[in-house]
Amino acid sequence: MGEFPGMNVNAAAGASTAKPWVGQSIPRVEDPALLSGRGRFIDDIGVRPGTLHAAILRSPHAHATIVAIDTAAAKQARGVAAVLTGEDIKALTASLVVGVKAPVECWPIAVGRVRYAGEPVAMVVAESRYLAEDAIDLIDAQYEALPAVIDPVRAMDPGAALLHNGFPRNTASDRSFKYGDPEPIFADAKRTIAITIRYPRNSCTPIETYGVIAEYDPGEQAYDVLANFQGPFSIHAVLSRALKVPGNRLRLRTPPDSGGSFGVKQGVFPYIVLMAAAARATGRPVKWIEDRLEHLTASVSATNRVTTLRAAVADDGKVLALDWDQVEDCGAHLRAPEPATLYRMHGNLTGAYDIRHVAVRNRVVVTNKTPTGLNRGFGGPQVYFALERLMQRIAVELKRDPVEIISRNLVPADAFPYRTATGALLDSGNYQQALARAVSEGGLEALNARRDQARAEGRIYGIGFTAVVEPSVSNMGYITTVLTAAERRKAGPKNGAQATATITIDPLGGVSVQVASVPQGQGHRTVLAQVVADVLGLTPADIRVNAELDTAKDAWSIASGNYASRFAPAVAGTAKIAAERLAGRLARAAAAGLNTESDDIAFAGGFVFSKRNPDNKSPFSRIAALSHWSPGALPEGIGQTIRETAFWTPPELTPPDDQDHVNSSLCYGFIFDFCGVEIDRVTLQPRIDHYVTMHDCGTILHPAMVDGQVRGGYAQAIGAALYEEYAYAPDGSFLSGTFADYLLPTVAEVPEPLILHMQTPSPFTPLGSKGVGEGNCMSTPVCIANAVADALGVADIELPLLPARLAEAVRGAEMAAPSGTKAPETRHGDRRLSGEGSAKVAASPQQVWAMLLDPTTLAAVIPGCHSVKKLSHTDFTAIVTIGIGPVKGRYRARIVLSDLDKPAGVTLAGNVDGALGFGSGKGRITLAPETDGVTAVHYRYDAEIGGKIASIGGRLLDGAARLIIGQVFAGLARQAGGDTPAKGGVIASALSKLRSLFGGGR
Amino acid sequence: MTRMAAEQRHRIRFTLNGEAVDRACEPRMLLTDFLRHEIGATGTHVGCEHGVCGACTVNVDGRPARACLTLTLQVEGSEVRTVESLADRQGRLGLLQSAFRRHHALQCGFCTPGILMSLDALFARRANADEAEIRDVLTGHLCRCTGYAPIVRAALEAAAELRGETNREAVDA
Amino acid sequence: MKPAAFDYVRAESLDEALDVLRNEGGDARIIAGGQSLMPMLNMRLARPRILVDIMRLAELRRVEPRQGNIAVGAAVRQAELLEWPALDRDLTLLSLALPWTGHAQTRSRGTVCGSIAHADPSAEMPLALVALGGEVVLRSARKRRRVAAHDFFLGVMATDRNDDEMIEAVEFPATNGRRCAFREVARRHGDFAIVACAAVATERGVRLAVGGVADMPVAREFDILPASALDGALNAFAWDLDARDDFHATARYRRDLVRMIGHELIAEVTR
Repeated sequence: MGEFPGMNVNAAAGASTAKPWVGQSIPRVEDPALLSGRGRFIDDIGVRPGTLHAAILRSPHAHATIVAIDTAAAKQARGVAAVLTGEDIKALTASLVVGVKAPVECWPIAVGRVRYAGEPVAMVVAESRYLAEDAIDLIDAQYEALPAVIDPVRAMDPGAALLHNGFPRNTASDRSFKYGDPEPIFADAKRTIAITIRYPRNSCTPIETYGVIAEYDPGEQAYDVLANFQGPFSIHAVLSRALKVPGNRLRLRTPPDSGGSFGVKQGVFPYIVLMAAAARATGRPVKWIEDRLEHLTASVSATNRVTTLRAAVADDGKVLALDWDQVEDCGAHLRAPEPATLYRMHGNLTGAYDIRHVAVRNRVVVTNKTPTGLNRGFGGPQVYFALERLMQRIAVELKRDPVEIISRNLVPADAFPYRTATGALLDSGNYQQALARAVSEGGLEALNARRDQARAEGRIYGIGFTAVVEPSVSNMGYITTVLTAAERRKAGPKNGAQATATITIDPLGGVSVQVASVPQGQGHRTVLAQVVADVLGLTPADIRVNAELDTAKDAWSIASGNYASRFAPAVAGTAKIAAERLAGRLARAAAAGLNTESDDIAFAGGFVFSKRNPDNKSPFSRIAALSHWSPGALPEGIGQTIRETAFWTPPELTPPDDQDHVNSSLCYGFIFDFCGVEIDRVTLQPRIDHYVTMHDCGTILHPAMVDGQVRGGYAQAIGAALYEEYAYAPDGSFLSGTFADYLLPTVAEVPEPLILHMQTPSPFTPLGSKGVGEGNCMSTPVCIANAVADALGVADIELPLLPARLAEAVRGAEMAAPSGTKAPETRHGDRRLSGEGSAKVAASPQQVWAMLLDPTTLAAVIPGCHSVKKLSHTDFTAIVTIGIGPVKGRYRARIVLSDLDKPAGVTLAGNVDGALGFGSGKGRITLAPETDGVTAVHYRYDAEIGGKIASIGGRLLDGAARLIIGQVFAGLARQAGGDTPAKGGVIASALSKLRSLFGGGR
Repeated sequence: MTRMAAEQRHRIRFTLNGEAVDRACEPRMLLTDFLRHEIGATGTHVGCEHGVCGACTVNVDGRPARACLTLTLQVEGSEVRTVESLADRQGRLGLLQSAFRRHHALQCGFCTPGILMSLDALFARRANADEAEIRDVLTGHLCRCTGYAPIVRAALEAAAELRGETNREAVDA
Repeated sequence: MKPAAFDYVRAESLDEALDVLRNEGGDARIIAGGQSLMPMLNMRLARPRILVDIMRLAELRRVEPRQGNIAVGAAVRQAELLEWPALDRDLTLLSLALPWTGHAQTRSRGTVCGSIAHADPSAEMPLALVALGGEVVLRSARKRRRVAAHDFFLGVMATDRNDDEMIEAVEFPATNGRRCAFREVARRHGDFAIVACAAVATERGVRLAVGGVADMPVAREFDILPASALDGALNAFAWDLDARDDFHATARYRRDLVRMIGHELIAEVTR
């Protein structure tokens, strides 16, 4: 048993003094299969013969009316079973419910209008994914673009384009709250310190994408769906309503393994509706595996948020009151469970601090971006970025040590359980001790010296701090804080967090555990084996754990699933309760057999024995199997000992009260982080020099897994702080569509943190444990930001900390261009291309003019032009193939001429669209006669490009577009010059000329 | 000249984990899809299909390769190895796999097969690979769960064992 | 994300490959290592009707000295060139730049010539070719021609190669004792360069080439100058490259890097 060192030691001993399994870092039961290619992820599981494969056509536009979708050619394509559009899906389903009271619909596919780039527009189901994608290419969707709304603050402008008529000013909710008496405190405060932050969009992007396999049985009118969904299973109710079946006719199952989620796989649910509807429409099982481009563009994102946070501050740095103004951007649809991101932290808006007076204004806004959903940290990164940046600003403005400011405000150690101003019940902790230990064990003194030394050497170095409470086990009722008390009364109470676990004993006495925790790689099965082994005196190897969920057969409830860091505090504890109940009954059975009382019975080493006389014992399996083989032998009143299902929900999770106090979570861990960051003088890249993270997550069940969660969250937080952003252009084009643009940190970007622990058990959870998986996603981004703020002495920090954004702060104004060089006009992040150029054409202006207005000449001049149709003398359509290198696409083009000033100038306005994207632009061409019958053609253009090509080829797009526009004019020059261009050579030399034009023309 | 028409299946022969494969596929069939859905070797995972994440990394003729950026027909006559080759037939983990397990160098395990295959290829070529080389190879992989530190530790320990500096078998026994 | 359908030719001789290009050039693509082409196929950005696999052609799989140059055949993988015994001595710049090209897992299949044919303005191989003043050997069924690096690259993914031609080899001038330096700044290790600079000592001074800024790698000769004059010359170079903003970096940041790294590298090779 080389693989399980120590694993059978306890079994042999049979002693009750054995060290508990809980608290040991035993090897994971999950690993052998995962390390050997025997994992069973959704795409590894075979499907029924005849299963169809789906592919999805997605909107290239951020906001547009769908004018027409022609699916005729796609339907005829090889291997295609069906092509479904929004109207088809609408006929089979109902709208997804929306989390606020408003007359809006939310479909999993665009119906009539697209509202974000990447929104599904049509789907093909075919015999293979390859064939389905072939048919997608044959669908001809036509759009009429609408103005896009990207900035959440501007979305609320009266003049902004509306996404949904039911959300006036694009605002889905606007609630104000008051706790304590903040106004007079702000009015009287000698000092108010404020900060405004814009938290960016990002996502935890699991390496495995979404997957769904759906079937429909028309006989029973029932759906059977396998999906790598992670919960919460409150979504099951949303799904059955959307699919228009009772809950018992939607069987939702999860595969044994899931390749990470971090919240994100909650967002698979709209696709469950799509695939289920497709299965119903075709009468065959339908499978869909999301690809990476789909995932980045359109799966789910964390919310971006604009927050203004003000504090009334006493001279000593004590924060007397807070005033939050949060504008939450949920993207194009308010999908369940949003606006939960905004309210998840509501109870702990005062963080780790004792602040009694709080005002809050929360607005939820829709914009033309991918809808948001669960993401590790869920609301925490957004809240703490504001709160902890503010604490840093308070220290700077008061010229005090940030640690002193944090310490002064921490919740006192003797105050637990501590009720926050907004209603959370902070369960346990000793924040002062945690901070003190982190400062000493993490080497803050040495770090300060290191900063001094670095600065003395002219290096850019800063130190940042954060204190955070990490909520876990969400109150299912916190979301209703978005409703008014009256609305809540009408809707009925929502609260609690039902966890379930089932222990089963088989006829040979083997123990199985089944839970509804839906692990996504965290090792739940290992920990549950530890927990149950301790109760039953067995070894983890004796316990078999199944964590696949099947809503048709398993015990589950709306709170089931893998989110809100609920496994260790809730699910593992519930398994303990189930095991203890079973053990209690087994003890009575054993007591009868061993002639003793049940409270004399103990379980250890695979035996059930008398504590007083350990030799009086029976093998566990014998007692355990009794209920199968001889139920009559069990003492009366025991019932069976075959199966025990425990449900557990903490009484502390009450619904929001009428004053909107809400205990939004059950447990609150504590984190204190600090770090030293150096900014490279040349590259401006912030480098984490030293990172310390102190955690108090209550009782630790498996130290290596806890550290794994900390490191994993920390690595994702480094991504959020320094690299990752779901970026949008002002026109709503999505710009981070590949893993070459959405930058996940690699091993080279993640220095190892120093992890410290303290264990203050939670009084509210069965095992004393609290969640730990999300904390660093909350604490680390702002800790790094605070260090950079300290290094640069600046107040405004925007994530991700792009080195290029730091240039001004570090270097001031740029070295001027030498005289004669013109600075380019493009603005950061803007997708507009503009340019100009000129060419000499050996023809008179009249001749060039005639060419410009002649379809046949245009067809000859425009590279890849197949046909030009003249609708009027100023209106042309054309089919063109545009290619740069291997990238070729067919486009429909429309060109309208205006401002005709024959033969001196003309304005061309045009747009093109095709499978790879769309572009629109306007250009003015002027013709000026020169000597010798030569005309100087000058052009100036302004263009915009969007769609797939913008999201996956952004880095190369500008240059490619310039090249294409240049080709047109090179063609014009060539045609007019009378050259009969052979292939290649002439074009090449024309391009060479162009290159010099571009080089010098700007 | 052997021209293989687009929508027909063409014979393909190579060696997979020491065993001969003799099958057919269309020219556009990616090696990932062929391994997973034609052969049933689902240990090689698909994470991005544009060569960045590394989950699909296999060994082709002793070098690591992105199976998602490889056409099946390109490996004609090659020796392909996948994660399924690392444990023995009884399911006993190999040295590198064991090190991963000891160090908790995986959580969801989705990226792991690719990482193992990259390290396996590295150690086969460079028995003395140092930490810098290990880290350089690992930059070709994205892991979203572990924060990488335990992966580096596991790889270093496996490398030391391979060099015979520690004898894990003896320690375990 | 699956490629559109295409025919596939596993060329058994160079003539076979050239024949396909002669007959179907515009619709055909050469596939060598495929590390640039395959992502485009998977994303359906590229949809050639026919792919010609040249990796079985032994005559393209050679690295050999040729009249003061080192010729690298079209089927030589980046990893193979990295392992070429004389690399440090004869292709010093390549020994510095190759480790920055993608990752070990892509270098093991990607070819040197494939990267040059792809003409990504941020890629290291085109930059090295331009920095060294190398040549591209193009081959069609009709003829073989040689094109200087600075004439070969025409823009983003645009080159002087005609549809009926393929790159047979590229020739890098051998180092010959000249000092070289290379430095790259990318968001993460292995990403496409935001700015990559290569410097090569020349008789008069230094040849500095920059990738990742203009639409193609661009080289400029710098005489040995006093520091202040060099600053001015580098500033002029930085502005002439017509840097653009994108969401990874700003034009100003790119110019800063050209000025600073340019300075550093020039100092390094003239030290």
